[in-house]
Amino acid sequence: MNIDSINNGIVIDHIKAGQAMKIYDFLELDKLDCAVAIIKNATSNKQGKKDIIKIDSQLDVDLNALGYIDPSITINIIVDGVRVKKYHPELPLTITNIIRCKNPRCITSTEQELPHVFKLTNREKDEYRCIYCESRASI
Amino acid sequence: MRHITSITDLSLTEIDQLIETAQDIIEHPVKYRDLCRYKKLATLFFEPSTRTRLSFEAAMYELGGQVLGFSEANSSSAAKGESVADTIRTVCCYADIIAMRHPKEGAPTVASQVASVPIINAGDGGHNHPTQTLTDLLTIKMEKGHLDNLTVGLCGDLKFGRTVHSLITAMCRYPGIRFVLISPEELKVPSYVKIPLKEGQVPYSQTTDLMSVMPELDILYMTRVQRERFFNEADYIRLKDSYILTPEKLQSAKDDLRILHPLPRVNEISTAIDADPRAVYFKQALYGKYIRMALILMLLEVKA
Repeated sequence: MNIDSINNGIVIDHIKAGQAMKIYDFLELDKLDCAVAIIKNATSNKQGKKDIIKIDSQLDVDLNALGYIDPSITINIIVDGVRVKKYHPELPLTITNIIRCKNPRCITSTEQELPHVFKLTNREKDEYRCIYCESRASI
Repeated sequence: MRHITSITDLSLTEIDQLIETAQDIIEHPVKYRDLCRYKKLATLFFEPSTRTRLSFEAAMYELGGQVLGFSEANSSSAAKGESVADTIRTVCCYADIIAMRHPKEGAPTVASQVASVPIINAGDGGHNHPTQTLTDLLTIKMEKGHLDNLTVGLCGDLKFGRTVHSLITAMCRYPGIRFVLISPEELKVPSYVKIPLKEGQVPYSQTTDLMSVMPELDILYMTRVQRERFFNEADYIRLKDSYILTPEKLQSAKDDLRILHPLPRVNEISTAIDADPRAVYFKQALYGKYIRMALILMLLEVKA
């Protein structure tokens, strides 16, 4: 398969082999009506094996948040059958409602309506901490 | 307008200014007694407290202001399921400044996001307790005359003890500080608290043996193993008597050691030590009132 097979959408490439389903769940792609292709263990010159996700629609989400799951991935934006943008996601300074704080003592554990917000506290270690209780994020 | 949810919300200069103001209040109380006239402090205590709540209230009264609030969650609408944000929005209609304690970590941050008046964190679970830290700093300054070049022993529950975490964060910003962390294995300082130590390259050592390090200490900060922080009663019972300070244990200590404790004490400091001039934990409770007066003045932007 190649990216030309999508007309308007997103190709998430160079996903570490075996991580595609994690990204699928993370982006809640099961809720989309459009075509979504998951390619597992595709041959990669750089990585040996890689996963790819093709989504036949634009998504209204901050794809930079994917950098938290796998900083090696490449995001390709396809418009009218042409790749108009290719980039590596940068670690966002904050991520909201993407991961949940697991600290049972955190205020978010009792106040259900609060957004779960994490702040990037160490770029080298990909470390995020809850803005409320400062617990380290874990997926 | 600003809020104080963590000691790191204050710069070193601001901390030094607060300590200076508190020292001036101690020396010239009359100068300060009407500065907050017609101002109201709300003390919102979703978790019980003696010293923190009463010292905040006494601080506001001594500044000529007035106080309203509640001392347990059951006597507020929190018992009916009201959110922290809604409670704060409401209280902002009635008060000029809010001091709040909450059992959940980060509740004051939630409050600060919606408040139209300054919020002071008066303790959020095992997380932060900045006014206790200011109290500790003022106590050390008053008793030792300086905040730098000290060997500070922290003893007891260093895992859940929020006062310890905040004190480490604050004191490692002063030059010449060395920490000695004394705790059972299960109650060691969490790794995230050690970050400022490592980043600032502040020397520290860890031990389980209080006696072996006693002669080195300029400050001994004792803490209580807190029942309310344990999910498992058996763990609490096993660890609660890990360190009990007795006159015998103090024999090898320096003459100018100062023993601090955020209180309440259960049995970790023998009452036989109370009369020892090195024990300053009740004076510490008094200093707590003065530093809170200084903080209220700063946040209400009132000048003497």
